[in-house]
Amino acid sequence: MNALGVTAYTATTALGRGKAVMLEALRRGKGGLKANDFDRAELRAWIGRVAGLEEAPIGGALAEFDCRNNRLAAVGLGQDGFKESVSRAKAKYGAQRVAVLLGTSTSGILRTELAYRQRDAQGNLPRDLHYRHAQNLYSITDFVRQVLALEGPAMTVSTACSSSAKVFASAARYIEAGVIDAAVVGGVDSLCLTTMHGFSSLQLVSDEPCRPFDAARKGMSIGEAAGFALVERGAGPLSLLGYGESSDAYHMSTPQPDGEGALGAMEQALTRAGLEPVEIDYVNAHGTATPANDRAEDRALMRLFGKRVPVSSTKGFTGHTLGAAGIVEAIVCFLALEHGLLPATLNSTAIEPGLESMVLLENRAAKVRRALSNSFGFGGSNCSLVFGA
Amino acid sequence: MLSGAAAFEPSAVQRPAVSLLPPAERRRCAPSVAWALAVAQEAVQSSGLGADTLSVVFVSSDGDGDIVHRLCSALATPAAAVSPTDFHNSVHNAATGYWSIGAHSPAASTALCAYDASFAAGLLEAACQIAIEKRPVLLMAVDLPYPPPLAPHRPVHHGFAVALVLEPGTGLEISLDGGEPTAPPMRVFEGNASAACLPLLAALARPDEAVVRLPLAEGTLLVRKR
Repeated sequence: MNALGVTAYTATTALGRGKAVMLEALRRGKGGLKANDFDRAELRAWIGRVAGLEEAPIGGALAEFDCRNNRLAAVGLGQDGFKESVSRAKAKYGAQRVAVLLGTSTSGILRTELAYRQRDAQGNLPRDLHYRHAQNLYSITDFVRQVLALEGPAMTVSTACSSSAKVFASAARYIEAGVIDAAVVGGVDSLCLTTMHGFSSLQLVSDEPCRPFDAARKGMSIGEAAGFALVERGAGPLSLLGYGESSDAYHMSTPQPDGEGALGAMEQALTRAGLEPVEIDYVNAHGTATPANDRAEDRALMRLFGKRVPVSSTKGFTGHTLGAAGIVEAIVCFLALEHGLLPATLNSTAIEPGLESMVLLENRAAKVRRALSNSFGFGGSNCSLVFGA
Repeated sequence: MLSGAAAFEPSAVQRPAVSLLPPAERRRCAPSVAWALAVAQEAVQSSGLGADTLSVVFVSSDGDGDIVHRLCSALATPAAAVSPTDFHNSVHNAATGYWSIGAHSPAASTALCAYDASFAAGLLEAACQIAIEKRPVLLMAVDLPYPPPLAPHRPVHHGFAVALVLEPGTGLEISLDGGEPTAPPMRVFEGNASAACLPLLAALARPDEAVVRLPLAEGTLLVRKR
């Protein structure tokens, strides 16, 4: 495929607001997980919570969009001069030639969850539910396109935890097909009761900070994040080189044990990039710290890369940000490419015997020319992205 | 009916049985998934293409209301204990997940939402996949009525599911346009975002050339049928 330039990006996670804060946290090995204090969920868990959203309501013309997820988006868009970069692209191409393609898994469902606790005696929900502007999956994309005053194609991709990786693939196709010249891609997912209690019901949530690939890992830690990237026609200093998408065709919530689907996505991404496995310098794994994911992903990584390529999961830093995981970890790859930093798999100290990939337990400084990021979701939805600098 | 040869007589539809799925998945999947897969299976059978050769684009403006209602009801109780099956069925890509299992298909799949413009967004995604990756695509769309107490907040009066198998060729040309959307036939489905495909289906049902415009978030998607 033709490479796609990544000309601006920003992430807001439990590590803080903006990419400099994220880079510093990765460098210092200082994670953002804390014991669960999400006031409406009584779970023994660790979470990656973004501070200050409670005090940042959305007002003015877009007040109907006020919900935790859109607040997080608003904070995220305000970092790293991202809006100014989008304005430049809009002036260059025209508002109709810039798409908004965002991933989320739960959008603003928290407002509906809370509204169910406020039903009246007849069971009616409060009138101010704002279904369209909060709960609906398109709310986040609609909000962002209105904040940025963009008029190109807009849609939400919602394929669970691969959502905000797959938006890069759609953007690449739209640009290649000539539908648009640039796109704001990324994703936003915020803490809510559905995911906290839902993953818990599947016994996938750890009662300590998550430890990807570790022998003693007990499951995931849920986080929240907003991440955005501006992609434009033509290769740049930082580029998307390839993408791969596949389905496990195995089970709704358990990965295929041999990692067959994951392997397919990674192979496709390399083929589109025109690269051999040996040309990848770093892999940011999906690495959720659930027993099944990490085993299956390790199998897939070993089958493609052997022990040669350094791998880490950064979910110990940010938590698993679900529909935002794809963009957050793409941004970890951008930082690796720009700053020569291969981040550690935070919180992990002893890799499970039998897992064979070269999982990094310490930060490593190295020149990174090509990085691959994996994102896998429920429903067996896999996406791999290859970036280069 | 869409070609005008027969009258439209609404009748109640029971949850379809999806023979594609293994028994456990057939029981477990949500009603919206059963509807989507039933029409998808029919479309793929009549296309003559192998189910495992098709990339899948799924769209729904809302997802499955029954599951949202059950999850939110459970989360409003003191124990907040949700059903694990409801939770994994709550993902927007549940239909593509079940499809891949039933069709034994490792092909790429995606699940999209653009509120009332969801169908056209899915058609645009499918068209770009076909144009760039030169492979056939199964496009499925479904929207079902929401249960109370959500129904007043998202009124969808009648269920609608549609599936199209699209392959590289010259039958349809698609472009972005600023014109007014084509008025849909069968006004009874107004408010159902998946039924926004009806002008296109009507054009496909007739032998002559046609131009239809389907609503996008901004402007319309112009579809020219040769």
